[in-house]
Amino acid sequence: MMKNKSLNWQERMRHKYERDRATGGPVHILAIETSCDETSAAVIRDGQQILSNKISSQVEIHRRFGGVVPEVASRRHVENITLMLEEALDEAKVSLDDISAVAVTYGPGLVGALLVGVAAAKSICFARGIPLIGVHHIAGHIYANRLVEPLQFPLLALVVSGGHTELVLMERDYDFQVLGQTRDDAVGEAYDKVARSLNLPYPGGPHIDRLAQQGEVTIDFPRAWLEEGSYDFSFSGLKSAVINTLHNAEQRGETLRTEDVAASFQESVIDVLVEKTIRAATEHDVRQILLAGGVAANRGLRGRLRERTQKEGIPLLIPPLELCTDNAAMIGAAAHVLYERGIFAEMDLNAVPGLSLS
Amino acid sequence: MNVLGIDTSNMVLSIALVDDERLRGEYTTNMKKNHSIRLMPALDRLLTDLEMAPDELNGIAVAEGPGSYTGVRIGVTAAKSMAWALGIPLVGVSSLKAMAMNGLFFDGWVSPLIDARRGQVYTGLYQPASEHVRDLDLVEQDRIILLEQWLDQLSQSDRPVLFVGDDVHLHREHIEERLGANARFLSPEGNIPRAAHIARLGLRRLQQRQQNEHTELHTFAPAYLQLAEAEAKWLSRQKDQQQTEGSAK
Ligand SMILES: [Zn+2]
Repeated sequence: MMKNKSLNWQERMRHKYERDRATGGPVHILAIETSCDETSAAVIRDGQQILSNKISSQVEIHRRFGGVVPEVASRRHVENITLMLEEALDEAKVSLDDISAVAVTYGPGLVGALLVGVAAAKSICFARGIPLIGVHHIAGHIYANRLVEPLQFPLLALVVSGGHTELVLMERDYDFQVLGQTRDDAVGEAYDKVARSLNLPYPGGPHIDRLAQQGEVTIDFPRAWLEEGSYDFSFSGLKSAVINTLHNAEQRGETLRTEDVAASFQESVIDVLVEKTIRAATEHDVRQILLAGGVAANRGLRGRLRERTQKEGIPLLIPPLELCTDNAAMIGAAAHVLYERGIFAEMDLNAVPGLSLS
Repeated sequence: MNVLGIDTSNMVLSIALVDDERLRGEYTTNMKKNHSIRLMPALDRLLTDLEMAPDELNGIAVAEGPGSYTGVRIGVTAAKSMAWALGIPLVGVSSLKAMAMNGLFFDGWVSPLIDARRGQVYTGLYQPASEHVRDLDLVEQDRIILLEQWLDQLSQSDRPVLFVGDDVHLHREHIEERLGANARFLSPEGNIPRAAHIARLGLRRLQQRQQNEHTELHTFAPAYLQLAEAEAKWLSRQKDQQQTEGSAK
């Protein structure tokens, strides 16, 4: 019997990987996500089946500050992390012995928040000789769709959240081309800022969406199409236009219906998002359109995208709500591709707040 | 019993492995370089060199702060997660006490010191334990305090005070001005916290406590000694509001 005592982590985890591959049992990935204000841990079987997906949301804590406070978020992650991990294993009815690899979001996101997940993932892998997989947060959002239906390539993903607005083309598995992204505010950010100027509570997106359903498009806010053929986005001009309109109305002593302002703002956002998505999808002749990220919960956006994709005859995938917002299950789904390819991270894996996708 | 000690709470990165009789290995650097990148490779190297597998560990002791918020979180998260993954106990040791241990044989008080900006320091007061055990007793709790105020307090006594820590040199003149000959200092080597001390303190605490007592692993959190700035501001706003409401009545 070989003595394993002087083997380093790299050797221990390689042995385990080879052993696990030879045995050919199910692949269980323990995934961790702490890039913003949700502490989440999940167990995913074979990249597709959710055995557990535990999320500790801090939204109530950050509400009093009117937004996510990085230091507060980081502190909560440290307090929550091992509990989430244990609950994820318990609910999945597996132990660390059954885990094939640990996956973690290492960027982009809040650096202090990411660091907690990365430190936890590396430590578990080191302690138990388990392979480590670093996952890009946006890759996770896109692969959330894989938990619903198999992905078919080429596909186009519209990723919309508080931190991201991106159009991503995938010609193959785990191959990302960012066709366009926001040049200033992310969609979710614009929603939150407009909501604040309408005196709606944080987080404002859902409130605007709700009010928009009750209002009418009475104001013609600008739509930033940018240069001919560009798939980039810009929402800061729109946001300023809304704030100016409210300000001017107030100075003239007029009152605008909040519902109408919300509907007009949302119409402007959706027009640009949906039209650019359809244009890119047609240009690249994709087989699927994926909606991903927290703003995928927006009913206005879902409705219009569904309508337009049906008209164009392109299948649309939208994950259920709990898989749209930040969660570890999506990280496990993305990590599985890397596991199959044997692409692992090292013990010096670091948080990369500005990590790029392609 | 094999206990791993970890300190990443300030600029020093220190890790050590102790057993009942000996310090088996220690690695310490004092440089401004990323703890997140370096901690785990350092641990991997130390245990590999000692021909030891992680599952031979019986406990982990970690410097719990105060210090750099990010630094403390890296060490505490790593320690918590390893302890959880291995099913072994975790012990938190004050980062200040870890520094103060360098003054274990000093006949007087030991004041470990970390600069906390704006005239403030993290500090506490320790003295050699009365029993024969090589340990320090706490005289004054760890705290964040204006250095001026701390020196006022110390100057009330005639005891010599040993100041420990890499930040001491920033304030040395000021300290000497206030305490005169009672202010004592160490050579540079003495100012560096050593994970060996942390591991040893952890091992002793684990031996003493045995069955009935244990640190709740999941809720274990760093000792920041300060609220996050946003929280402090929010609380003071709440207080102001209550006062205005109170005076309106
Ligand atoms: Zn996200």
